[in-house]
Amino acid sequence: MTKNEPLLQMKNVGISFGGLKAVSAIDVELNQGELIGLIGPNGAGKTTTFNMLTGVYAPTEGEILFDGKSLKGLQPFQVTRRGISRTFQNIRLFEELSVLDNVKVAYHSLAKHSMLSSILRLPSHYKGEKEMEEKSIEFLKIFQLDRYMNEKAKNLPYGQQRRLEIARALAAGPKLLLLDEPAAGMNPQETHELMELIAFIRKKFQLTILLIEHDMPLVMGICERIYVLDHGQLIAEGTPEVIRNHPKVIEAYLGEEVAE
Amino acid sequence: MKKTKTFWVFLILSALIYGVIQFLMTGGWIDSLYSNMIILMAINIMLAVSLHLVIGITGQFSIGHAGFLAVGAYVSAIATMKFQLPFPIAILAGGIVAALAGLLVGIPTLRLRGDYLAIATLGFAEIIRIFFLNIDYVGGAAGMQVTHLTTWTSTFICLFITILVIVNFTNSRHGRAAIAIRENEIAADAMGINTTYYKVAAFALGSLFAGVAGALQAHNFYIINPTNFGFLKSFDILIYVVLGGLGSLSGSVIAASFLTIISTYLQDYPETRMIIYSLVLVIVMLYRPKGLMGTKEITDLFKRKGGNSND
Amino acid sequence: MEWIQQLVNGISLGSIYALIALGYTMVYGIIKLINFAHGDVFMVGAFIGFYAITGWGLSFFPALIVSMVACAIFGIIIERIAYKRLRNATRIAALITAIGVSLLIEYVFIYFRGAGLETYPSVLPTKTFDVFGAQITSKSLIILGTSVGLMLILQFIVHKTKTGKAMRAVSHDIDAARLMGINVDRTISATFAIGSALAGAAGVIFGAYYTKIEPLMGVIPGLKAFVAAVLGGIGIIPGAMIGGLILGVVETIVSALGFSLWRDAAAFIILILILIFKPSGILGKNTKEKV
Repeated sequence: MTKNEPLLQMKNVGISFGGLKAVSAIDVELNQGELIGLIGPNGAGKTTTFNMLTGVYAPTEGEILFDGKSLKGLQPFQVTRRGISRTFQNIRLFEELSVLDNVKVAYHSLAKHSMLSSILRLPSHYKGEKEMEEKSIEFLKIFQLDRYMNEKAKNLPYGQQRRLEIARALAAGPKLLLLDEPAAGMNPQETHELMELIAFIRKKFQLTILLIEHDMPLVMGICERIYVLDHGQLIAEGTPEVIRNHPKVIEAYLGEEVAE
Repeated sequence: MKKTKTFWVFLILSALIYGVIQFLMTGGWIDSLYSNMIILMAINIMLAVSLHLVIGITGQFSIGHAGFLAVGAYVSAIATMKFQLPFPIAILAGGIVAALAGLLVGIPTLRLRGDYLAIATLGFAEIIRIFFLNIDYVGGAAGMQVTHLTTWTSTFICLFITILVIVNFTNSRHGRAAIAIRENEIAADAMGINTTYYKVAAFALGSLFAGVAGALQAHNFYIINPTNFGFLKSFDILIYVVLGGLGSLSGSVIAASFLTIISTYLQDYPETRMIIYSLVLVIVMLYRPKGLMGTKEITDLFKRKGGNSND
Repeated sequence: MEWIQQLVNGISLGSIYALIALGYTMVYGIIKLINFAHGDVFMVGAFIGFYAITGWGLSFFPALIVSMVACAIFGIIIERIAYKRLRNATRIAALITAIGVSLLIEYVFIYFRGAGLETYPSVLPTKTFDVFGAQITSKSLIILGTSVGLMLILQFIVHKTKTGKAMRAVSHDIDAARLMGINVDRTISATFAIGSALAGAAGVIFGAYYTKIEPLMGVIPGLKAFVAAVLGGIGIIPGAMIGGLILGVVETIVSALGFSLWRDAAAFIILILILIFKPSGILGKNTKEKV
């Protein structure tokens, strides 16, 4: 990939479920290092777009290029190994596993020791496990989650669970991070901390971030560019100022409010 | 090979158990009823922990485990009775063919969700049973006579290996991957885990040990018969895992031991046994779905606060 | 013609499977539970019919009604005691419980009554008609007629009554139905009642046609009826009917071709194939889990 090519390109991407067009004609470009927002009323197709990016759904039209290579036909775990990681709208932590183990899972594909070496407890197993342990603890320290290290993930307070989900996604070493409504259920104080966290990880890990959110101050506050979806199609794209005053965007959101 | 404290305790305890029972048996202190019960207990524990790997660790609901028991039993019986192979080879053959059967069953069915997977495994187990029922080479409905070759020593060695392998698998990145799949398959996928690979691997491994248990069982009871391997047997194994706690290996061991004892005392009253088993199952599911141990292990009771869970 | 004979046999068997399958499919459609104990309701129905005929001297149709009513009540009792608590549990927890309930019913019955079989007395007229060279008995015709009649009644209930509408609403979206003012608990009970009544009818029909009944008679037909429901599309009522008929005909053909020992395996092989290639069944639509 040349320096000037976008990290992510979605060209005319769309998907139909049994005749119903859920999402269509999506053209998105993300350059390395950008922090981009994806907004739209409920049901607009934002999570569906994420699902197509991560291989959960296969687009029925268009193509997706990541780092210059097509993502066509890849399974979710393969997409992750290519460098795209995500969080979920409804937190999907491994509840019965400890906080430390949750992060260790993200290192799974980076470790090398085989099943046989683990069963036979060969030196490579101990070496690999030690490395995973050390890396994971270091990682938790970055997010100040190390004090919860041995707690079961389900016992964490909600805000910390969200934090852990982000930490876990990052442990997988992605180039592109997809955040699906990370501020859901947060009060203004927590949202502010989240904004700082996002700015921090972006710098520290040199990430490109695509963010779905409903919290407008958050989106307008940190995103460089914003894409707006409505009824499965892109209706606007631009900087926060442009979007704030865009007639179609106002209509899409206001229209929703009026209907209530 | 590095050894930790838990490992030494486990080793010494095992040696003790083996030694004491072996002594009691050879010295004639235990009569044949108890002898048989102890061997049966070991076999049932093997079945329980192998199913625990599939259901408790990886979260894949297989209720056709008896099918792999049958494969191991018949393959090993054929090895000794028709090909005059030595017992250890027969056990190995039983395990390996059962593992292959596990692959065959697992690959198409493990993409199904929860209850559909369960019914599919049940269907496969029935197909296996009907298959053996119709093959005259292994005696068909009348069953097949098998020389008594199982000893406490051979049983114990197999049990020891089974538990060791499963514990080692669980306490490694592979076990973590399997548990991640159990907890949240979609998230596991998203974290880079090849879920299909691990589901199939756990399934095959579980089938392998069920096959080994089958080989031991076949050579312990003088005759094997397709009716031994029907749904009721799968149900028996399922109840060990459910009662013990889905996700607890020690729970499965305890439940299997406990229920084997009850089963032996009730062997003349099969209906009572079934009533108790099914009642236990229903009550556990309604009032304490976590079973005896939930996802905890016996070793958790002895841990220092903040200790490492990986040995 | 021999094949007409076999076809009639197949359809008769298939209609029994269909009646049982309807119960499975309705319950699954409404609370996503595989009611493993349903096959045992079939068995209980057969025995109630037997006792009604031999003990009270009833003829076929009155015995059928008695059995249907009794089984409906039995179905409601099972639901209230065992399944209601598990409405929000995982599907697997519910399935395991259902397995436990099934075994409990079977073995409690055996405990009190013994495992032996009973023989239905002859309650159906035994005339034989010659149709294109095949011998069709009046027995077969009555069985078929009764089954079809029951299925038509079911279709009427589901599409033309308030209860039926409620059942369809709850299958679609339980929360929305509740918000619409539908008494969900009562609707679920009604579903169990109707499904169990049909299974009970199937039991009496089975007894009258094949004459031999025993406490474990529900296990294999129960499983096969479930396969039929999946084959047709689980949760879809016409699917259960179609699945049942197809299964009955396939089984009869397998038997007629000389592979009678593999007859039972036919159902399971069909199950595996359907689950692998089209899990939503013949009439079903694919739905994906929300991520």
